[in-house]
Amino acid sequence: MSKIEEILESLSLVERQILPFVREGMDEVEKRSGLDNTSILRALQFLENKGLIVKDVKKSKVIDLDDNGRIYLGEGLPERKLLSLLIKEKSLTIKDAKVDSKLNDQEFSVALGSLKNKALVRIDSGNVSFVGKKDDTDKKFFEEELLVKLPVSLDSLEGPLRLAYENLKERKGIIKVRDVSDYVVKLTSIGEDVARCTVDSSYDNMIEQVTPDIINNESWRGKKFRRYDVKSRVPEISGGKKHFVNQSVDYGKRIWSDLGFKEMTGLMTQTSFWNFDSLFTPQDHPVREMQDTFFIKDAIGKLPNKKIVDAVKSSHEGKIKGSKGWQYEWKEEGAKRVLMRTQTTGLSAKTLAKLGELKNSNEKEGKFFALGMNFRNETVDWSHGFQFNQTEGIVVGKGLNFKNLLWYLREFFKKMGYEKVRFRPAYFPYTEPSVEIEVWHPERKIWWELGGAGMFRPEVTIPLLGEHIPVLAWGPGFDRTMMDYYKITDLREFYENDLTKSRKKRMWMK
Amino acid sequence: MAGVKFSRKEFEKRLKITPQIIDRINMFGTPFEGMTDDEVEIEIFPNRPDMLSIEGYLRSLEAFLDKRGKTGMKHYKKEKSNYKLLVDKSVPKQWPYAIACVIKGVKLNSDRVKDLIQLQEKLGSTLLRRRKKGGAGLYPLGKIEWPIKFEGKKLREIIFRPLEMDDYITADKILDLHPTGRKYAHVCQSWDSMPVFTDKKGRVMSMPPIINSHDFGRIDEKTTDIFLEVTGNDMNTIQRTLTIISTALAEMGGKIYEVECVQVNGDKTNQPILDVEKMKINTKNIQGTLGIIVDDKDVKKLLERMGYDYDEKKKEVSIPSWRIDVIAECDLIEDVAIAYGYENIEPQMPLGVTTIGQESNKSKFCRKVSEALIGLGLLEVSSYYLLRGLDIRRARIKPSLEVEDSKTDYKYLRPSLVPGILRILSENVDSEYPQKIFEIGTTFRKSNSSQTGIGEKTKICISSTPGNYTESKQALDYLMRMIGVSYEVVEGRKKDGLITGRVGDVIVGGKRVGFIGEVHPQILKNFRLKESLAVIELNLKSLYNSIKII
Repeated sequence: MSKIEEILESLSLVERQILPFVREGMDEVEKRSGLDNTSILRALQFLENKGLIVKDVKKSKVIDLDDNGRIYLGEGLPERKLLSLLIKEKSLTIKDAKVDSKLNDQEFSVALGSLKNKALVRIDSGNVSFVGKKDDTDKKFFEEELLVKLPVSLDSLEGPLRLAYENLKERKGIIKVRDVSDYVVKLTSIGEDVARCTVDSSYDNMIEQVTPDIINNESWRGKKFRRYDVKSRVPEISGGKKHFVNQSVDYGKRIWSDLGFKEMTGLMTQTSFWNFDSLFTPQDHPVREMQDTFFIKDAIGKLPNKKIVDAVKSSHEGKIKGSKGWQYEWKEEGAKRVLMRTQTTGLSAKTLAKLGELKNSNEKEGKFFALGMNFRNETVDWSHGFQFNQTEGIVVGKGLNFKNLLWYLREFFKKMGYEKVRFRPAYFPYTEPSVEIEVWHPERKIWWELGGAGMFRPEVTIPLLGEHIPVLAWGPGFDRTMMDYYKITDLREFYENDLTKSRKKRMWMK
Repeated sequence: MAGVKFSRKEFEKRLKITPQIIDRINMFGTPFEGMTDDEVEIEIFPNRPDMLSIEGYLRSLEAFLDKRGKTGMKHYKKEKSNYKLLVDKSVPKQWPYAIACVIKGVKLNSDRVKDLIQLQEKLGSTLLRRRKKGGAGLYPLGKIEWPIKFEGKKLREIIFRPLEMDDYITADKILDLHPTGRKYAHVCQSWDSMPVFTDKKGRVMSMPPIINSHDFGRIDEKTTDIFLEVTGNDMNTIQRTLTIISTALAEMGGKIYEVECVQVNGDKTNQPILDVEKMKINTKNIQGTLGIIVDDKDVKKLLERMGYDYDEKKKEVSIPSWRIDVIAECDLIEDVAIAYGYENIEPQMPLGVTTIGQESNKSKFCRKVSEALIGLGLLEVSSYYLLRGLDIRRARIKPSLEVEDSKTDYKYLRPSLVPGILRILSENVDSEYPQKIFEIGTTFRKSNSSQTGIGEKTKICISSTPGNYTESKQALDYLMRMIGVSYEVVEGRKKDGLITGRVGDVIVGGKRVGFIGEVHPQILKNFRLKESLAVIELNLKSLYNSIKII
């Protein structure tokens, strides 16, 4: 099929209606097609997209009457009024001239200046006198000629009329300038060929929409299907979806469960006992102050059973064999304060306490994870926020060691998409040894700190489990991965819920 | 976490900074933060305040690097002296302890003076808890006449010229006018007296923890003999502080001279106490915890590189007095691992602990509910758990739970998801309509049956704007059918914020699990919304309880 035939098959109705007349100019197109301006413009755009016409836009300026101009056209310019008065009176004081001409201050001064410039009056010791000749008075001013001519294109003005325009332009509200775009449409050579062929009536009855009738009656037989411009852009639509933070949370949970971890759930409000004390964080640690933690007003929590409370107290006070503890007096009051949890590690502590209730020591094992929201008393700006998602996992079991922790870390971060990891010593109050994990960021080509890990100290495991059993623990930073994936640089974007952005955001594809 | 800055010149007198050294510094457990022509920045974790001075840091680092003569535990000699410090019973009971020592022959320069100031500041803000537990002071020894006293006086009775001021003023004015006074006035605000150091002539040397006296001078490059004191309310902590600073000064060429210190209760000690602590270590535990094979000889070498002495026969580790972080065997084991090199420990798959992964039932149920609503084309939103005063006023709700001293306007624990949704809609008036959104999240209310006194309920909130009751009920109905919950809607009781007569209670299994209704135009106007809005809020657990999840 030739290119011309393809094009002919793709012409829509409006294009076919105007194409034959384009050669004769836009006026003919309007007249002969009978279409309104919008449809014509749309059709011209389609034809231009197909390369059948070129549209030359000429921008020009048109001068037209403004409000005052309209008034002066009817009543006469102020200088004409003043001139008529002076022709009659021959000479007046300026004051009388103003009053008798009935012009306002501005109009009077402009009129006086204008007449002076035209050498029709002379001002002398407070008097203004007519000094022109008789035939001067019958002649129209160029300004008056111009007003009558309007509207007119700026380019067409020359000489005295151009000067008249410059004069009137400065005065208030007499003329205004409009920008006008003029289309000059020309057919391209393909356009000429196609236009010639539009006489062929076989392109008249092409099938547009496939309707139930057409299907049923098979009335498509013997007809052509109008070709579509398959490349044309279409308006964007959006559908329902999970919030992007929750998408990545799901992904995080999948990684854990794929590795055989069981989800721990729990409350977001905690007693200090579970959030800090059971994790061997001393009661005077700075993180336990209002500066960093949200304590809840007028809320007093209850401590768990006496056995655990006493065990935790012993560990802080150095009464566990082999440990000096924090060497202070541990007080129950400090542990009862209620707060919004600062870490999910409190859930791990509770899980260990549950395991500790089992009678059989060998059953105290398992793999658990948590992924949830945590809080800290922070300002809200591009790099800070008071709520953030955190995740962590623990592996409990006799015989587990540091090498196993490194193995889990390597496997975990591999699943997150980071093939290369390295480990460095770190510090957390409840783990010893502690590890910091760095991953090799494949795009940014840098080592990136992505989380902390360690083995729980006996001061943590003994009170909760009843004996020391190795517990491996780690928690990668989730928000960082999310910011990296979505190229977010402002933390506030996480919870700003801009619906326009949300609609456009691509899915978490990891 | 402290990012500590050391003078590069001083550092490189001992150790040239090469890429290999930087790697070693990182693998030692002190992240290398950066370097300029003048300074080296290192991150020191809170458990090693002894490394907050360049001397303390290099003491440990050089041992780790196995530099000849630098491994094993450092010993400092203490010289006897006649210096005496007496703590008088007039001291405030909130700040009763004072200990001190003297170091002579210190070789200072401007970098070292800067380092001492930084050490004092960092110790003050970390170990001494922003001067709430204790404070340290350094003075040129010269002007002091011995013996000295640590005593308490009334604020108005104390007159001296503080450093950085031109006049002799009373202590109350110092607390009001002097910048350091104002910064730490809150620490001593409730004390029954104000402590001061006075020398034999009764002259005020300083007023801990605030400021020293100008007349006794401050340490500068020319100082060689130094008086060091630490006071506070926790003997352990101030002891450690004294140890850390005095040994740092000893590293600068000084000789330590004891001071006999007598406390209020009569306890007499010769400070600083640089007693070595002994702790047993079991090689089996090292192997069991780390998974590496090491024998006693290896262990000795490794421990010595971490600044300890090790007695192979007794299996005993000698721990220097400035290592406040060693409280159990696991602390020694971590040091063994660091010396061994984390990069040398091969990850190894564990045997046993085979388990099957499982998400919680709650997670699974939330996912299903989301899926159903997304199927209707709804967009999920995620709002803040805390509400601002502005939000609760606009929504006309009264939350019962508030956080203390929030740094922002966010202070109220949300009792419902609706205010958050309204806020989101008010911030999206320029976004395309219709806007159909939902959220699943936790809400908070007072509850006596909870361990924390706070009951948490996960709720679902569905909203549609422009919206009407009928359309919303369709969404509710669709959701319930999809998850298989039988329900009915009955005439709802009047609810704040919803149009009376357009509220329904959602009943499942005879219990009310939520509501559906049209939001009142007053609330819409408060949130600057221009279209009608219908909302549904349901308790997730109630729905879950009514169906069987496999």
